Amino acid sequence: MNVEQRRKERLDRGIKVRSDTIYALMSVRELAYLTLPRFVLIAGMLVLPLAMPGMYWQRVVSIVCIYAILALSFDFLAHFVGLVSLGGAFFIGVGGYITALLNTNFGMSPLLSVPIAAVAGGLICTLLLLPCLPLRGVYFAIVTLMYPLAMARIIEALDILGGTDGIMGVGSFPNRWVEQYLVIAMVLVFLFGIRRLVNQDIGLVFRAVKDNDQAVKASGISITLYKAVAVFIASGIGCLSGACLVHIYMWSGISLFALDFSILPIAATVIGGSGTLVGPVLGCFILVPISELLRAFGTLRIVFYSLILVGFVVFRSEGIMVYGQRKYHQIERWVKV
Amino acid sequence: MREEPILRVIDVTKAFGGILALNRLSFHVAEGDILGIIGPNGSGKTTVVNCITGFIRMSSGRVIFRGKDISGKAPHKIADMGLARTFQIMRPYYSLPAYKNLVIPLFSPRAKRTGGWRGGGKLGDRDTVGIDILEEIGFERDSYVPYKLASTLPTGYQKRLELARCLALKPDMIICDEIFSGLSMSEIASMVPLIERLQMDGITLIMIEHRLRELFRVANRVMVLNFGEKIAEGSPDEVMANEKVKEAYFGSEEVEEVMNHA
Repeated sequence: MNVEQRRKERLDRGIKVRSDTIYALMSVRELAYLTLPRFVLIAGMLVLPLAMPGMYWQRVVSIVCIYAILALSFDFLAHFVGLVSLGGAFFIGVGGYITALLNTNFGMSPLLSVPIAAVAGGLICTLLLLPCLPLRGVYFAIVTLMYPLAMARIIEALDILGGTDGIMGVGSFPNRWVEQYLVIAMVLVFLFGIRRLVNQDIGLVFRAVKDNDQAVKASGISITLYKAVAVFIASGIGCLSGACLVHIYMWSGISLFALDFSILPIAATVIGGSGTLVGPVLGCFILVPISELLRAFGTLRIVFYSLILVGFVVFRSEGIMVYGQRKYHQIERWVKV
Repeated sequence: MREEPILRVIDVTKAFGGILALNRLSFHVAEGDILGIIGPNGSGKTTVVNCITGFIRMSSGRVIFRGKDISGKAPHKIADMGLARTFQIMRPYYSLPAYKNLVIPLFSPRAKRTGGWRGGGKLGDRDTVGIDILEEIGFERDSYVPYKLASTLPTGYQKRLELARCLALKPDMIICDEIFSGLSMSEIASMVPLIERLQMDGITLIMIEHRLRELFRVANRVMVLNFGEKIAEGSPDEVMANEKVKEAYFGSEEVEEVMNHA
């Protein structure tokens, strides 16, 4: 029997734009190679609400964007600073309650209370997480998981902030188009903003903290300070998405501290590819609508959902975007050995 | 009048549980000196470095750097004062290219305040300054080596990168923890002039080494540790002649013979 021996060979595409220098301007073709994927993403996001069949699916798009912002903050913290935070729900909850209180007590417009909630929430979360910053890896993850659980119990037990009923009558955004495009714009801004940030000098310090915190100390830089700055950025972004969520639901309650908000961003990051930033966004655009579609199955929903997740982890553990980027940037061919 | 030494270590003791890694160790380093610290494995050489630079907390004792007590201070504060160190096990930022590794020290408060290496940290683009430092330390500027990921660099270059990270801080003093170990003879031969250059630039050095021949070429004073205690100190020739050193460090073998094998 004649068994042909073959192996897969990967070649980088002969296009200079990937050297991220002036070469990007050499030709229309190379310019297109560089900008087309970004353009498709931006245009797709902007057209999405118009393409949705009805109010219900438009609302789903808004929720997807909320999760996507949260997943971006998770990916930033986990992959570029080395802090795996399970406190997504904590960020959502803190931001949500702040904007709800500002809106119902002082009658602030959402367009004012949301940014305030982001900054104030970021500060509060950073202060509360400050004692955990020396922790690393799984220990940091476990401790941050306790925060949302504890907050929900505290509100319930002390019956503060509306107790189990939550805060009713929170004002909504001026109209649903403002709501839609606000969250979509935020996803795009944070997506490209964070990617720019991690390539700046301060971003390199964040990545260095993840790579080797001892060497950062030896370089005369306080790692606690930079971890705190990174947590402030990430929790501020998380609080911002939580604040938007409250104005979309027009209600704030302890379900904002539900574990969904901690777990789904991680699942989305696993599916999308960690460290790519666009991957987690894509992951949210897959996971959240699937979860909506599976509603027809009732309680079996979680089973199918888990199966999809397991499938991704087993068969494409690198994530869609890592896989996609490789396919886009490299030519694969079989060669005889 | 004698000048105040740049670094004074007074009665430093470090116990790991019941084991005394350092036992009331005292020494000083004068400005511009190169002090070599040698000793058998487990004699406490790296522990000294870690205690001085704040990476581990000493059990008792004091360290005075430039007249200021630095014992118990955080590592980044000590580095900020101008006392830099390299690591025995190289700690580059693996996911960054070599020259980007130097952006981090150039971003530190000290580099922003003093300008870092030759003042470039304050004025210039940190990437460019990073490549300048790498060229100084033996990376060929026009080759692709400075642009390679730190994780793909050979050991020799990673050791140089450790030194470059210290230089970026514009330190007054550098403690090199086994900067020659794991290098080939030719790599060491090219490192020795670098060390001599640092001394000419007025940087005080402590070098912890196993490679005695190269160390004795550059060091003007040598201290020998054994079981956390200082057993000898002096010029390389004096130390080599010391009976106690021969006993503890070289065993029964002749010093010359060990040096030839080192």
